[in-house]
Amino acid sequence: MSEVVIKIENLKKKYRLGTIGGTTLSAELQSWWAGIRGKEDPNMKIGLDKSKYGDEFYALEGIDLEIHKGEAVGIIGHNGAGKSTLLKILSQVTAPTEGLIKIKGRVSSMLEVGTGFHKELTGRENIYMNGAVLGMTKKEVDSKIEDIIDFSECRDFIDTPVKRYSSGMYVKLAFAVAAYLDAEIMVMDEVLAVGDVKFQKKCLGKMDDAAHTEGKTVLYVSHNMTTIRQLCTRCIVLNHGKVVFDGDVEKAIQVYMEQGAVEMKSFYDLKDSKRPSLDHGRTLHVNSLEFINKTAPSYRNDEKVVFEVNFTSNIDIDDLRIYYTVLDEEGKIVGTVQSDVICSPRKGETRTCTMEMDVSNFVEGTYSFLLDMYSSSGMGAHLSYDHPLDYIYFEIAESAEQDTIFWQKRYFGSIRLNGLKCIGCT
Amino acid sequence: MESNWTKIIKPKTGWFEINIKELFRYKDLIFLFVKRNFSVQYKQTILGPLWFIINPLLTTLMFTLVFGSMAGFSTSGVPQFAFYLCSTALWQYFSSCLTQTSTTFTSNENIFGKVYFPRLTMPIATVLFSLINFVVIFTVSIIVNIYYCVTGQNVVISWYFLLVPVLVFQTALLGLGTGIIISSLTTKYRDLAVLVSFGVTLWMYGTPVVYDLSIVKGAFAKVIMLNPMTPIMNNFRYAVLGCGNFEVSYWVVSWITTIVVLMAGILLFNRVEKTFMDTV
Repeated sequence: MSEVVIKIENLKKKYRLGTIGGTTLSAELQSWWAGIRGKEDPNMKIGLDKSKYGDEFYALEGIDLEIHKGEAVGIIGHNGAGKSTLLKILSQVTAPTEGLIKIKGRVSSMLEVGTGFHKELTGRENIYMNGAVLGMTKKEVDSKIEDIIDFSECRDFIDTPVKRYSSGMYVKLAFAVAAYLDAEIMVMDEVLAVGDVKFQKKCLGKMDDAAHTEGKTVLYVSHNMTTIRQLCTRCIVLNHGKVVFDGDVEKAIQVYMEQGAVEMKSFYDLKDSKRPSLDHGRTLHVNSLEFINKTAPSYRNDEKVVFEVNFTSNIDIDDLRIYYTVLDEEGKIVGTVQSDVICSPRKGETRTCTMEMDVSNFVEGTYSFLLDMYSSSGMGAHLSYDHPLDYIYFEIAESAEQDTIFWQKRYFGSIRLNGLKCIGCT
Repeated sequence: MESNWTKIIKPKTGWFEINIKELFRYKDLIFLFVKRNFSVQYKQTILGPLWFIINPLLTTLMFTLVFGSMAGFSTSGVPQFAFYLCSTALWQYFSSCLTQTSTTFTSNENIFGKVYFPRLTMPIATVLFSLINFVVIFTVSIIVNIYYCVTGQNVVISWYFLLVPVLVFQTALLGLGTGIIISSLTTKYRDLAVLVSFGVTLWMYGTPVVYDLSIVKGAFAKVIMLNPMTPIMNNFRYAVLGCGNFEVSYWVVSWITTIVVLMAGILLFNRVEKTFMDTV
């Protein structure tokens, strides 16, 4: 084992909840004066229990880590797991509440590309500026400036103020500076998705070089499992401020996926959910929905999403069907699925139907839908029996196939369309 | 093994752990900040760097009209224009050091929140940038003085002139010290930011900028003399124009105040910079 370059001992970071910071002096004096007279604090929020006011919250609850020279360590975890806090402390943006970090060698952190850029300065001036902010001396920048300009692909515009740059050029230039940093330890947040696809590949390659050929120690935080796989030799999973897994990348990703799914319910009691109208749920009432064969609704996209719907019918229905519209994380419509006739329940029957959904087209992400049970009139019109207004969540945690391009959900959407192939080439 | 660590990140550093060596390593950054401020300030203006001069010249003209001609304040026989120009140069240097460093944390929140570098580089760069401003206007002031001197007006240029750098340096330290105290406190209490512009104006009237020390009498004089800027301003005018008396004892007091303020400022700043991201 090579030498330890970062040693983290019992690291804790405490934040105070509520509106503590950023008060005005007069408000603070008021509170203090009220406290002295034994009166109630006039600045306390109404309805807030006094014992709760000033509650503490640990973003990191005692982290112990050792990172060795030349390792490329991925840090993953769901939102609020403490990844960003850990990075902030490592890059000395804020201090820990307890604990120690010992570091050997120079650390440069890229929590954002283009820090210190000023829009009025030219590209060249900004390279010097950004370099200096990141801890390079003028001499170091001098020796690398040609490489940086080449890497940024902005040579023609290098003496133009960056405010005239397109946003793509801007980030390319910014990444180029960061890529040529000379630090032994690089701390990187998800800065990868910059520029066009070609440039992204270049960035990835550069980071790969840093980790694997130049022998730098890399700490990399991301939500993108593909890049974690590509870049990292070791992976740490954080959850609620603690290290829950440390070791092999594949295993870590598995832990991460399962853990994320724990936060998602696999059983939904829909008996008392709201309905859009009084008619819904009267003739047919959905009692529950449960994802089965899984501890949590988290799937690879070559798996089938299987769930059971339990409902009670108060009338005879001949052709009961299910449809729902799937939404992505941002609530955008992904698409709608509809079933065949699932069954014909008789009056007073309670049934459980097992449904299977094909998700092979879905890319990674969390999806949600509102269940609707209906029957079709056969003429395109439909009669909705029940529509419980509780969102059902499931997650596609991993794709079976590797994309040949980096999937940017924002631009590409949530569905991989099939059906494009070459049937002849002359 | 243990001694090999190059950096140790701890919850809170002691009051007196100031990393001067590190600050020195970032000297390039300081100069780049100065250069950036300089080249950004008057980009896309027609008069460009001429504004460096126009601004204080207009202030001086206003002072000459209002306090010189209308109010008739004594300038110890020195031509009013030279008197006010010289005072304005130093005062504007002081006030820009103070006001600009006082917003260090709040206005650089973005960059401070993303990357670490010694935070003191920012206020130091500000003070150096203001110095360029000062040098330009001071040069104009000297040209005016030489003109008056040659034309036989009551302007004396003496060996005391050599003290000018010391006085300017002290002004910078005092402005920096006060500024960083305020900037450290404004991370939590925003009230101070509002107070600054008013406070600086008030401070100006408590300093012999638009008047000469000779018109200050009685108990009030003591208070004014204890203002650390008073001996600096007075001695500065003595060194440049040869008006009034050279104060020694109060200047010593002023130096002590300056150093105390600066030390307090640096300690406070050093303390705050570690966790200000959580409270700002």
